[in-house]
Amino acid sequence: MKTLAEMDYSVLQQCMHCGICLPTCPTYLETKEERNSPRGRIALMRAVADEELDITKAFGDEMYYCLGCLACTTACPAGVNYAELFETARADVEKKGVLASPKRDAIRWFALRLIFTRPRLLRAMGRMLWLWQASGAQMAFRKLKLTRLLPANLRQLEPQAPTVLAKFSHQLIKPVEKPASVKRRVAVLTGCVQDLVFADVNRATVDVLLANGCEVHTPPVQPCCGSLHAHNGDTDTAGELARRQLDLFDPFVFDAIISNAGGCGSHLRHYDHLLAEDPVYAARAAEWSRKLKDISEYLVEIGFRKPTGAATASTEVTYHESCHLCHGQKVSKQPREILNAIPGVKLSECAEATMCCGSAGIYNITQPETSGWLQERKLGHLRATGAEVVATANPGCHLQIANGFAQSGEKTTVVHPVVLLAQAYRNETGAAR
Amino acid sequence: MSPGNPELVNALVQVLGSENVLTALEDILPYGFDGTATFKQRPVAVVFAHDAAQVSAVIKLARTHRAPVVTRGSGTGLSGGSVPVPGAVVLCLVKMDRILEVDPANLTLRAEAGAITQKIFDAADATGLFYPPDPGSMKISTIGGNVAENSGGLRGLKYGVTRDYVMGLEVVLADGSICWLGSKCVKDVAGYNLRDLFIGSEGTLGVVTQVLLKLLPKPAARQTLLATYARMDSAAETVSAIIAAKIIPCTLEFLDRKTIQCVEDFAKVGLPRDAEAILLIETDGHPAAVADEAAKIEELCRAHGATSVRRAATAAEAAQLATARRSAFSALARLRPTTILEDVTVPRSELAGMIREVEAIATRHQLNIATFGHFGDGNLHPTILTDERDTAEMHRVELAFADIVQATLARGGTITGEHGVGLAKKPFLKSQLGDASYELLRLVKRSLDPDGLLNPGKIFDQS
Repeated sequence: MKTLAEMDYSVLQQCMHCGICLPTCPTYLETKEERNSPRGRIALMRAVADEELDITKAFGDEMYYCLGCLACTTACPAGVNYAELFETARADVEKKGVLASPKRDAIRWFALRLIFTRPRLLRAMGRMLWLWQASGAQMAFRKLKLTRLLPANLRQLEPQAPTVLAKFSHQLIKPVEKPASVKRRVAVLTGCVQDLVFADVNRATVDVLLANGCEVHTPPVQPCCGSLHAHNGDTDTAGELARRQLDLFDPFVFDAIISNAGGCGSHLRHYDHLLAEDPVYAARAAEWSRKLKDISEYLVEIGFRKPTGAATASTEVTYHESCHLCHGQKVSKQPREILNAIPGVKLSECAEATMCCGSAGIYNITQPETSGWLQERKLGHLRATGAEVVATANPGCHLQIANGFAQSGEKTTVVHPVVLLAQAYRNETGAAR
Repeated sequence: MSPGNPELVNALVQVLGSENVLTALEDILPYGFDGTATFKQRPVAVVFAHDAAQVSAVIKLARTHRAPVVTRGSGTGLSGGSVPVPGAVVLCLVKMDRILEVDPANLTLRAEAGAITQKIFDAADATGLFYPPDPGSMKISTIGGNVAENSGGLRGLKYGVTRDYVMGLEVVLADGSICWLGSKCVKDVAGYNLRDLFIGSEGTLGVVTQVLLKLLPKPAARQTLLATYARMDSAAETVSAIIAAKIIPCTLEFLDRKTIQCVEDFAKVGLPRDAEAILLIETDGHPAAVADEAAKIEELCRAHGATSVRRAATAAEAAQLATARRSAFSALARLRPTTILEDVTVPRSELAGMIREVEAIATRHQLNIATFGHFGDGNLHPTILTDERDTAEMHRVELAFADIVQATLARGGTITGEHGVGLAKKPFLKSQLGDASYELLRLVKRSLDPDGLLNPGKIFDQS
């Protein structure tokens, strides 16, 4: 991967600093300081490329203060490729090691190089976490106030640890499932967090695809897509993981490759760019990117069958847009179309639906203050709709919003749109797939 | 690390607190430019003031240390007005952003200088009132910056510019004194009209910290039309015909082919990509008048060669079209790396000729120039699409610039319709004003800012 200094300079020049990005940037809204805005960050990147600025710790801090929500790219009339700039800048920061510390290095090695590159190990960890939670040990730990023994930052995070489900995706989904009559053949990506915490979303994804005549291929062990790595400056591992993904799935034999997590999908559709210079994988990656679809996007594209059953009794639902689904993948209308097609669902729009909830990958761990501010802002808008259900299509957002409601003791539930659609199909009288 | 003036920086920290004084390279680099292409100058420090007293304290300190002060809002200006000068302290007012009062009894609104223009529009709108000036950047720009640059916008044809809505302002002078100029009275002729002196003064005479704005009743109805043309001249003729028919729409915007394509690439609102020109026309007022005007406008468009006329069916569609138009300048950056915007205005009768001349200039200097603008008020934005790293081309850009300005002046026009002189236009100001008027301007500057510390080197060189 090229550095800021080596990359095509015109990508940096594309920003003509008109400022249209400012009011859409969560961190600029919080501080009102230019360096915390997209055009400010691009100015710093350009200064690095121009050798007016070294890659300093302050530069690194700024690149990690950015949520990477990409709201600026939706707002930008000039079409600046901020995602590329941002990933290049973070990779530069990592290469230079300006943020290195034994603790940070250890965490990054553990998360990016160990856990999220070995799906079986991740599942084993998930299994342990499940045991901890299901056995009651977690509750006992909390009741005995042993959380006091944890370091301050972990103590804050402990209640946010996701609840792991009893069954993971491969225990719920067969490697190949066929509908009564096959019209299309697709592959489903199960994800990392989605696999452990939201395996039900993966099951629902397969169900809705089956209900629409798709033969569904879901390999039981799948590598991480690498989005976490690319967004955190580890582009080498991201490339490696992409190649493993392409070894596992042959994009040429499927009509589509389905992602159901906004953050993963946003990265997955750019394998073509990531591997453009790879002599072996470039063509395969290009085909992959052409066929990679978000589940809502694909359902709308194939003209999904409108369910006749209801998800539950009449439900007021509001929709929070995952940044990487709406800004990264430009999929915004389709999830609403799905929700509106479900009998009994009344969709109430919330204010700032496209503004980041503060989850942003691991941002809620690295920048708890800004993350908390955004979480509160988001919850306020969601509450104002009066809806009892919040639909969203990314595991990070899902957890961030659900945690926020749980902390204030509210009963609002959070759900992926396809889970509601799957329920509706299930509730059809005399339902047949 | 700031090279200069550690004593000044210490003194500023004493007054404002360290969180409001930025000097680290990573903090100040992004304040080295505004929305204008090619101008760049790093300040020695950036400070945030929270009220007029702090602004006054900053000015007094800067004076003691003989440091120039460049005031800035969101930095969206397009004439280099808020680009720092060497050794400058940038005084940023974006944290003074409160709307202090909406007074429906007197149809006024009072706000701090850093309030975002869109928020002012929204606050007025919430009480059924209307703040007409609407710079293209209104979602980002601050009202103080609008006043300092006397910004125009898409509704200038019927409603005028920012100056027409400023009833009063609070300004901090070069000696640090705080004055209030103007009042809520519709009629007020006490003394010289000093308020007007500060409107459009581009930060060179004082720092505007608060504004009192005039509001209007909200127009009851609005209709937006989009007319498509295969020939540029037909669009220009339509404009003349509409004005000649004694119809003053609130908006009469023009986009040429290149601009249409870039805007459509971004906004995807269904603009005709193959059209040579489009007019975006909006009429507002009493519903009956609006219906009548819209029908007449449509008829005039067709009579003067429009290939199609589309009416926005809903308010949302109208808003979408206006938003698309607002993105025109930034969207043009899709074509070439550097986008340099002109802001010339000619008497409306000269429009068609002026556009033809801009095209001839582009051909003569082998440059890519796109043109859009506010046809209704004669304000054109020929935008040169270039690459600042290509020295030979940049030289041709300079020549083309001079030619455009000369053509404008020859037609009785002005070198800036709404963006100000700043750094971009100062080489041309004298030829427009003539020697005596130009000296008068400098005399005013010397009287109000004898040490030349307020945004020096803008509008004209320092004496």
